[in-house]
Amino acid sequence: MTKSIITALLAIALLAAWPHAQQPAQPPAPQQPSELGLTISGEGGVAPRLAVPDFIALSTDAETIATAKTISQVLWDDLNFEREFSFIPRDVYGSIPKATSFGDIPFDRWRELNADGLIIGTVQKVSAGFHVEMKLYNVRTRQAVYPRVYDGSSNARFIAHTISDEIHKSQRALNGVARTRLTFDSDRDGERMKGTVQNRSIKEIYISDYDGENQRRVTVGQTLNIAPRWSPDGRSIAYTSYRRGGANLFISNIFQGTLDEVTKGDKVGENWLPAWSPDGTKLAFSSTRDGNPEIYVVNRDGSGLRRITNNPSIDITPTWSPSGTQIAFTSDRSGSPQIYVVGADGLNLSKKTSESYCDRPTWSPAPFNEIAFSSRSGPGFDIRVLDLSTGVTKALTFGEGTNESPAFSPNGRHIVFTSTRSGKAQVFTMARDGKNVRQITKAGNNEKPDWSK
Amino acid sequence: MKAARSIATLVASAALVTAVACGKKTPPVARPAPPPPTTTAPTPPGPPAPPEPAREPVSVPAEPVRDDAISSASLDDLNKNSPLKPVYFELDSSELSAANQKALDDNAALLKRYPSWAVTVEGHCDERGTAEYNLALGERRAIAARAYLVSLGIAADRLRTVSYGKEFPFDPGHDETAFAKNRRAHFVITSK
Repeated sequence: MTKSIITALLAIALLAAWPHAQQPAQPPAPQQPSELGLTISGEGGVAPRLAVPDFIALSTDAETIATAKTISQVLWDDLNFEREFSFIPRDVYGSIPKATSFGDIPFDRWRELNADGLIIGTVQKVSAGFHVEMKLYNVRTRQAVYPRVYDGSSNARFIAHTISDEIHKSQRALNGVARTRLTFDSDRDGERMKGTVQNRSIKEIYISDYDGENQRRVTVGQTLNIAPRWSPDGRSIAYTSYRRGGANLFISNIFQGTLDEVTKGDKVGENWLPAWSPDGTKLAFSSTRDGNPEIYVVNRDGSGLRRITNNPSIDITPTWSPSGTQIAFTSDRSGSPQIYVVGADGLNLSKKTSESYCDRPTWSPAPFNEIAFSSRSGPGFDIRVLDLSTGVTKALTFGEGTNESPAFSPNGRHIVFTSTRSGKAQVFTMARDGKNVRQITKAGNNEKPDWSK
Repeated sequence: MKAARSIATLVASAALVTAVACGKKTPPVARPAPPPPTTTAPTPPGPPAPPEPAREPVSVPAEPVRDDAISSASLDDLNKNSPLKPVYFELDSSELSAANQKALDDNAALLKRYPSWAVTVEGHCDERGTAEYNLALGERRAIAARAYLVSLGIAADRLRTVSYGKEFPFDPGHDETAFAKNRRAHFVITSK
């Protein structure tokens, strides 16, 4: 009897310790007592100017105080990432008396600093995590335009990400990316590849939050696992693995902890670079099964193989259009690697680039109609973006190290990529205009990233 | 007889040079020189020579020689200092140069001498190509080396290929010396 109670308690403790491993992207259930539907605006058409002082800890224990501080800092970073708001610099917050509740906010002082909006929150420790209340105030009218309550989570960063996404949605009609994730391959563990006398480091698939926090290893293949791609539902990652000797496609279902083998057998050749169809039912990839690298489409369970290209040159690195009706890929059929687009039925091929050397096309989400790719520029590569409607290409990086393997954020406003600008190959994010570059990884080499949908 | 041999050698090398020159554009097509036609060799004048002693075996022994260092070495030791020479490529290229073909000729001779060996031909690239395209370029390099060996009479089922793109550089440096070492087809003996 005692034993089963202890077991039950342990199970609860384990579940609590692993906040969102079981249930991905499930926000703490928001409860909105009133939806006023008002938005904060800036003066004279400029971006609204926000202040995000530390959330108010309603109890004095260290955990609550730390949680309150973390929520406000992460929220500030999340809001700043989309550049929809401007901010009162945080170092002047100290000159303003701290509120101790929603009842004693010094609105006139914030108004003196030209704040348009003010985010005030309270954090209270309860039995199941924290009870967080947040109000976005219009500083001029002193009205709470967006009050929200968050219960049931003890993960401060996740609470902040949720608040940020909701503020962006309600105030700017924008799908924020604060709860999205990245994936990439990494040799950071320094483990040696077995079965070779050469000194070779294995690579494993890693995931992290969009801001580089919570970096976690997904695969334990002890081999070369590279080029991961998120499934549209964010529950699976498809990648290229050498665990059977040659290169094959595998899918890790990260929340179930299961592994699917998409290409297998003796006669399948090498299989590289799976890319999910937008509906998540199919993978486009490159394979040498018929002699030389061609683009194929296969159902995620390995059935229904279809060949898309037929050319004696190299065809590799496919990506789907957002509608799933077209596939862009790299081919050297003209003599050098260039980007091509073909219908998902294999018809209507067209060449899209005529540069020195292009690879890793990545189609943007709607409403943008763009393909980002790596383009050789001097000794290394830079990230370029082709606007398919105008045919105009623009560069986003300019020779700081070599820059490769771009992938769009789900709202199309950011790009994750690999760069050697800080030394080894690392994952970076930047805004779609090339600004706001952030380094995501630091340990080992980290490459070929993708952004969850 | 000595004269006959050197004439035959001359003919053979001329044929090899031609084969190399012709083979430059389409590597796998290059073929080894045909064996010298023994019947057309002129017979030396004077009294008939005594029968040639049979101490120079022409054909490759079917079994590896038991006491040689190569056949007694472990697979790991063999691969650490491999008797199979790597071949190196130009930037963005999978073309086999004359020097590559010479190395592959030697590798083929060794593979004929040790007919039980199975070999994986690894294709590698330097960091100046993209990670993705290099997977296919490395494969193309491995295939080019393998096809040449097959054209020399090595059984195709002894030669697997795999491409590692630019994932496993042999030299971690970032200069041309390192790049040149990293653009290669590398031979790994997987069983003997």
